[in-house]
Amino acid sequence: MDIQYYLILSALLFVVGAAGVILRKNIIAIFLCIELMLNAVNLSFISFSRYLNQVHGQIFVFFVMVVAAAEAAVGLAITIALYRHRGSLNVDDADLMKW
Amino acid sequence: METWFFFILGGTALFAAINVVAQHRVFYAALSLILCLVALSGLYLLLQAPFIAAVQIIVYAGAIMVLFLFVIMMLDPFSAQMICDKHKYLSYLAVVLGVAVLIFLYRFLQTYDLALAPSNSTPIMGGTGSPGNLGRVLFSEYLLPFEMTSVLILIAIIGAVVLARRRP
Repeated sequence: MDIQYYLILSALLFVVGAAGVILRKNIIAIFLCIELMLNAVNLSFISFSRYLNQVHGQIFVFFVMVVAAAEAAVGLAITIALYRHRGSLNVDDADLMKW
Repeated sequence: METWFFFILGGTALFAAINVVAQHRVFYAALSLILCLVALSGLYLLLQAPFIAAVQIIVYAGAIMVLFLFVIMMLDPFSAQMICDKHKYLSYLAVVLGVAVLIFLYRFLQTYDLALAPSNSTPIMGGTGSPGNLGRVLFSEYLLPFEMTSVLILIAIIGAVVLARRRP
């Protein structure tokens, strides 16, 4: 199994997640797509770690997971605050800072 | 063999990822993302990173996605209603399946021979991705970043509490 297959799969997952961030209007769905992109990056980290036979890629996956957990906690708190203020989960309703 | 596993797991991950984007209901999108994470953890096993695969299941699919599902159920009226009345028979099915798993585990544990278990002196999983090797590198070379992530988590906890607090 060559590394290219894993990298192509990782790129496909990342593109799907990026498309979701642009296409979806629901703020929680956008968060889910961001998690998808983080996981796509994790996959390429692990495949490089395997093929270079080094452990550093797996260490970085740890840090990415920590950042993902922190981002999910803060992001969901922001989502709850937004829902209280606007009564909606649509990102188009949060346009106070839009020029 | 590895190629077959790669295409099955990769196809599952890709299908689930597309479903995350295409799914109309956020609740189903979150469940689909869990499927994608599980398939990715299988790919990590193929890439000989067993510890990362376990952490992926426990932390990502177990903790982060449960947090997501909590918030979705709290804010999305559809999901709460769906859990309550549409799938009532599922709770009976869950009880039956739980009892079945319990019986299976009991039989397995009863016949488990401790002599077959690997002793402590031999490493369970060798190679670069083994838990021992990973921990050694994490706590020597990457000690400062590791400690900084704990500060980051603390800041995130405080920030989440402050942001989600109900204003008087």
